[in-house]
Amino acid sequence: MESTLVIDKEKSIWDILETVCDPEIPVLTIIDLGIVRAVRFDEASSLVTVTITPTYTGCPAMDLIGTQIRMSLAEAGILQVQIHQTLSPAWTTDWMSESGKIKLKAYGIAAPVARAFNKEYLEELQMECPNCGSKNTKLVSEFSSTACKALFQCKDCLEPFDYFKCH
Amino acid sequence: MLQQSIKSYIQQDLQTQYLLHLADNALILSHRNSQWCGHGPILEQDIALTNIALDQLGQARNLYQYAALLITEKTGIATTEDQLAYLRDVGEFKNCLLAELPNGDWGQTVLRNFLMGSYQFFLYQELQQSAIGQLKAIAEKSIKEITYHVRWSADWVLRLGDGTAESKGRMVQALELLWAYTGEMLEPCDYELPFIATQSSFIKAAWEAKIASVFSEASLVHPTNEWMQSGGKKGIHTEHLGYLLAEMQFLQRAYPGLEW
Repeated sequence: MESTLVIDKEKSIWDILETVCDPEIPVLTIIDLGIVRAVRFDEASSLVTVTITPTYTGCPAMDLIGTQIRMSLAEAGILQVQIHQTLSPAWTTDWMSESGKIKLKAYGIAAPVARAFNKEYLEELQMECPNCGSKNTKLVSEFSSTACKALFQCKDCLEPFDYFKCH
Repeated sequence: MLQQSIKSYIQQDLQTQYLLHLADNALILSHRNSQWCGHGPILEQDIALTNIALDQLGQARNLYQYAALLITEKTGIATTEDQLAYLRDVGEFKNCLLAELPNGDWGQTVLRNFLMGSYQFFLYQELQQSAIGQLKAIAEKSIKEITYHVRWSADWVLRLGDGTAESKGRMVQALELLWAYTGEMLEPCDYELPFIATQSSFIKAAWEAKIASVFSEASLVHPTNEWMQSGGKKGIHTEHLGYLLAEMQFLQRAYPGLEW
């Protein structure tokens, strides 16, 4: 069984990671996005291991996120940090927190609508405009400002908007 | 150039060859797609194709990283993903010829992406059951991205094939040009057999069904010529790959060992 010290330490690290934001969508923390998969504190060596997983394989933000994690922990005096990247299980938008989805919408990006990534879902895209709430919208492009988003336009308020795709 | 001992190791290890083949397909296709950056027909589609190229580059990196790790472990010589991408010459690349052909017009570009993306989709679907843990993980990760790529490219094949007389004519031309390069993807070579031998006939059948259904919807006549060009998987490439590498590898050729 893990000692109270280890549990408290890991909890405090999770709290610090809760303050690290995604470089591309700064309203979301890396916890909201489900990027952090595990935190381990080794009592004997004082080494902290943070396991993160990439959202998309080519996402250029991953290295920056690793650096931001190190900096945030360093500010709290935690200097022995190892960042471990894992691919499996593959990241999914199902891991996005509910509060994250609300923040995303307030930021002007429609949140993933379905629970899991599946082909059936892909055939019936009906997106709600984050600006006016209308469902009278159209897909402009499968890919938008980043690979993780699609570009839509609202046919009522005419505003274009990003949609964070199910993945 | 790669160290001779690394080259020799690759030449006798089928798993490394297979990983490099998958990685080279992803990298060369990515590089071709990236050449459209700033030249797309409209801004949204320019961005779409650039994003696809980025996904493919990420997939290539995962595969090169894994291959580099295995080479390092087996030979004891520290090897990196960059060395595998930048220090091999034409004859050492194992990508299918289809990936390296010039982009041509937009129709040819989207058709190539559809033909190759559909193949990658069914291939990675099978590799999700791979006994090799890291390959399985890469497949599980990549197939989500490839699903969106195929959705995009199939939509374009449909739009242009079933579009104006001009767009249809361009698609017919593109199909005539690219068709003879599709067979190479579907016929496994020696280093592929240990990893997908039993599934290769299923992959081929699934690919053919997918292609036929989109062609039919796009009112494109399915090609009947059966003669297929091959060689890329064994390092025998078209002249186009040399020019592509000269550009892609320029920095390492001009300033060997340079790091960002």
